[in-house]
Amino acid sequence: MFARGTKARRVAAAVLPPVLFALFVLAVWQLYVVIGDVKESTLPKPTDIVASMWDNRTMLIENAWVTIKEIALGFAAAILLGVGLAVLIRSSRKVERAIYPWLVVSQMVPIPAIAPLLVIWTGFDMRPKVLVIMLVSFFPIAVNTIDGLRAVEPELMNLLKTLKANAWQRFRKAQLPAALPFMFSGLKVAAALSVIGAVFAEWVGASDGLGYLVLVLNNQTATTDMFAVIVTLALIGISLFLLVTLLERLLLPWYYESRESEGEGLHRDPDDPA
Amino acid sequence: MQAGSKLNIEGLSKTYKGSGGGENVTALRDVAIEIGAGEFVSIVGPSGCGKSTLFNIIAGLVRPSSGSVLLDGRQPDELLGSVGYMPQRDCLMPWRTVLDNTTLGLELSGVKKKEAQARARAEFERFGLAGVEEHWPAKLSGGMKQRAALLRTFLAGRDVMLLDEPFGALDALTRANMQQWLLDVWQENRKTILFVTHDVEEAIFLSDRVYVMSGRPGRVSLCVDVKLERPRKPEISMSPEFLVLKQKLLRPLEEAAAGGGAFIDDRPTLEEQI
Repeated sequence: MFARGTKARRVAAAVLPPVLFALFVLAVWQLYVVIGDVKESTLPKPTDIVASMWDNRTMLIENAWVTIKEIALGFAAAILLGVGLAVLIRSSRKVERAIYPWLVVSQMVPIPAIAPLLVIWTGFDMRPKVLVIMLVSFFPIAVNTIDGLRAVEPELMNLLKTLKANAWQRFRKAQLPAALPFMFSGLKVAAALSVIGAVFAEWVGASDGLGYLVLVLNNQTATTDMFAVIVTLALIGISLFLLVTLLERLLLPWYYESRESEGEGLHRDPDDPA
Repeated sequence: MQAGSKLNIEGLSKTYKGSGGGENVTALRDVAIEIGAGEFVSIVGPSGCGKSTLFNIIAGLVRPSSGSVLLDGRQPDELLGSVGYMPQRDCLMPWRTVLDNTTLGLELSGVKKKEAQARARAEFERFGLAGVEEHWPAKLSGGMKQRAALLRTFLAGRDVMLLDEPFGALDALTRANMQQWLLDVWQENRKTILFVTHDVEEAIFLSDRVYVMSGRPGRVSLCVDVKLERPRKPEISMSPEFLVLKQKLLRPLEEAAAGGGAFIDDRPTLEEQI
């Protein structure tokens, strides 16, 4: 093995393939538009999209800021609602029986369809957007956290009882940490959904934001500029996903390190042949 | 009742109500077991003989239908928390380092973290865990995990320790080493131990007295004193006295197997362990 530079190698091995693949796809796209003489309003060249992003940077940043604020608030509200519901549902059998089916049913309601209603109820400001984002993205958080709270070994709960742990201590010391990896899986799905939610919400009623910009530019058939907005939206989604992943790594070091070492058996009994 | 009796179980019965109008199931009938202070006593029996129910009752997790569990000659106000309990699985928390796993009992009884850790560290050498204090449990071998779980039970500081097949999932060689090691540790502190196992040889090797339980309903069918000299070495299992005891203990187990109540070995198979 190479003693030095192995970490750099690992990072390169993880980052290079997707970057090279993306460059390849963009090159094919560029060639297709140039050689096929495709109209700009149908499909713009990737280089034009980048140029548009640069030219419109002030407008993009201003509107991105609006959308980022909506997503941040909506995502935070989704975490509160999702985790809160999960804890409530796991707190008693009766509550679980009463609420859980409705939690699933709530996902059958097409949120974009009720978004106009939310606007009527709450107005044209931030509130309906935060609500839509929350409603679109709380479900995976709730379901995964519920599974996580169930994941703790019953023997461990019994052990804690024999060590005189009360219900709160059992929750804080065993159920909650056992649920965290599951919760983070839900957060990653929710991160992607929250961006979609923000765009929906702005389509229904907004005067700024990236979703609103997509709508306006689409009406003007300013396809290149529209693509520039879509790329910005995608960047926001990717950033949120990476932020969640980074938080997960920082908060759950045991989860990653335990998985990495699985099967390696760094510490063996000299008398343990297995 | 003899003087110095630490744990005294009298006329213990447990009947579970049949669910949905089904027949009642008697898990234990009139079980009597007595353990003196500092004694090592084992219970051997086939699966389904009520060993787990018995353990859960002594640990205070399940209430008996009738009978009593006396500690130091009297009924404790609250059995739960008075007795040390080590479940069959190691139940180490993957999100805590080995050190923080072993201090769990101290932490829950309100000992300051620094002091708890200092007390735990002092025992790591003796428990064969030196050097792994800051590691995640996932990095330990099966034998080391069991030793860490034992240390956690030991540090919780209860006079009586219930060990439920602690070596059941280990391979034969590790198992033999762990038995020897457990005897050495026990020899130094002379805690009162009630040990459950499937393995007659293990029971004889470790114990001052062995109870044989037979199943459905669970009851004590034999009680044998083991008067082999201590400290014991593995060679003792070849001695005539040992073999006589083994034959004596195996007979009721074989009778139970022949007489309808099949003797099922529910220890994990080798494949399951890997």
